[in-house]
Amino acid sequence: MTALLEVADLRASYGATRVLHGIEFSLGERSITAVLGANGAGKTTTLRALCGMVRTEGEIRFAGQRIAGRRTEDIARLGIAHVPDGRGTFLYLTTEENLRLGAYARKDKRAVARDVERMYAYFPRLKERRRQQAGTLSGGEQQMLAVSRALMLAPKLLLLDEPSFGLAPLVVRELFGILRAINAESGVSMLLVEQNAAMALELADHACVIETGRVVIAGTAAELKRDDGVRRAYLGY
Amino acid sequence: MEAVLLQVLAGLATGGIYASLALALVMIYQATHLVNFAQGEMAMFATYIAWSLVNAGVGYWPAFLLTVLIAFVLGVLIERVVIRPVENAPVLAVVVVFIGLLVILNSVAGWIFTYTIKSFPSPFPPALGIRYMSPHQVGALLVTLIVLALLYLFFRFTPLGLAMRAAAQNPVSSRLVGIRVGWMLALGWGLAAAVGAVAGMMVAPIVYLDPNMMSGILLYAFAAALLGGIDSPGGAVVGGLVVGVLENLLGAFVIGNELKLVVALVLIVGVLLVRPSGFFGSVQVSRV
Ligand SMILES: Nc1ncnc2c1ncn2[C@@H]1O[C@H](COP(=O)(O)OP(=O)(O)O)[C@@H](O)[C@H]1O
Ligand SMILES: [Mg+2]
Repeated sequence: MTALLEVADLRASYGATRVLHGIEFSLGERSITAVLGANGAGKTTTLRALCGMVRTEGEIRFAGQRIAGRRTEDIARLGIAHVPDGRGTFLYLTTEENLRLGAYARKDKRAVARDVERMYAYFPRLKERRRQQAGTLSGGEQQMLAVSRALMLAPKLLLLDEPSFGLAPLVVRELFGILRAINAESGVSMLLVEQNAAMALELADHACVIETGRVVIAGTAAELKRDDGVRRAYLGY
Repeated sequence: MEAVLLQVLAGLATGGIYASLALALVMIYQATHLVNFAQGEMAMFATYIAWSLVNAGVGYWPAFLLTVLIAFVLGVLIERVVIRPVENAPVLAVVVVFIGLLVILNSVAGWIFTYTIKSFPSPFPPALGIRYMSPHQVGALLVTLIVLALLYLFFRFTPLGLAMRAAAQNPVSSRLVGIRVGWMLALGWGLAAAVGAVAGMMVAPIVYLDPNMMSGILLYAFAAALLGGIDSPGGAVVGGLVVGVLENLLGAFVIGNELKLVVALVLIVGVLLVRPSGFFGSVQVSRV
């Protein structure tokens, strides 16, 4: 397995407070890697660090290039899309404008138009709401819009920060099914931060656990499912 | 009845100019959440550039276009050089920078061009006049409407316009989709300066050209922007037209021309008291 993303000794701070103390993991091409961990462990910060949204030190290699210290917009243009904590929807723009913005960095106009239709095929509800202000969408619809907007970048790597947050179990199941299909069809890798560990390990091939800014366990999803500590702390049996 | 119609039409002509300047204020407000007090002086300075070009023998319309272009570039430069460094500074610091910009532009204009009042040409042929409006009033209204229509089309239908709207309302998400937010803000300043330049050139034949020509106009524009909702471009345009018409009607029939500026102040205070978010603006819980 060739690594698409390699992270070593990644540290990050908010002001004077250091939150990540040397994160280390790698993620293969076409892989879905789950990141588990308690509230406040540093999962969101890890994703932010990958996108240059917090002050970071350490090594981040993406598709062979060093991206630590680069500007967020340049990292996005390299092909890393981010569904951020809180969804990051452009609330006052329409659903379709949100999708078009997702593809802002792309030059292939015709493929963009095709991809808008592809998103509508994955999420027909978005098509019904295409001319509606995104702020008026339901929570589930907004999460689907956030995922679609990120995919419109045609990324090599998709970062997902708790996509199941606030969604009904049935909607989560639908969303994860579509993520699996997209991964299988277009081979986009995913780094999936999730509170819902059982479902995340179901979808992912690899996983790691972050505790207070460090990776404490890493392995295949199957290995983590069998791990006693993981089972007790995150799977609840 | 005819006298009323006359005042309404005259009000629309000046109201269009308030509307453009109000729109410039709104564009900056949406990106910075602050009112650019120097917007009027930027327009005044651009009008002097137009005046210099025309005096140097450049034809009116080439001078007009060149001025709009120069104003755009100056607007971008002002953002990059003066506003950028105080991007994350406290509100008061930015307000001081705006006021400093106002004073500097005013004095530099006075220093270069002197404070003597100059006349500024109107490009519109007499044939443009109609029964109730002078050629300049008709022309200014037309030019304003064209500018507003172009801006609408730009923001509504081009990817760059969409990106500028996105960058103003959600910079973090904008960066995540690859938008260079800093440049979008600079472009916003450029566009606002360009729109202001048009307003200046359209109003100068009426109020004459001097370094303080925009102070009253800016007050009306501010009233217009507040009336429409300081974060609503469409509201600013409607607000500008309403303020223009009100100003003329009240000036002609109620309070007389000497007290017209009071209309603007009363409107500003009234709107702030009764409906702080204006009539088209989004109600917002305090930010800053
Ligand atoms: N914007 C911020 N400013 C200061 N501290 C923050 C900020 N965001 C998160 N933190 C702190 O950083 C730590 C890690 O947070 P986070 O990465 O959001 O955790 P997780 O996503 O795993 O719940 C927490 O202690 C949190 O309080
Ligand atoms: Mg989090």
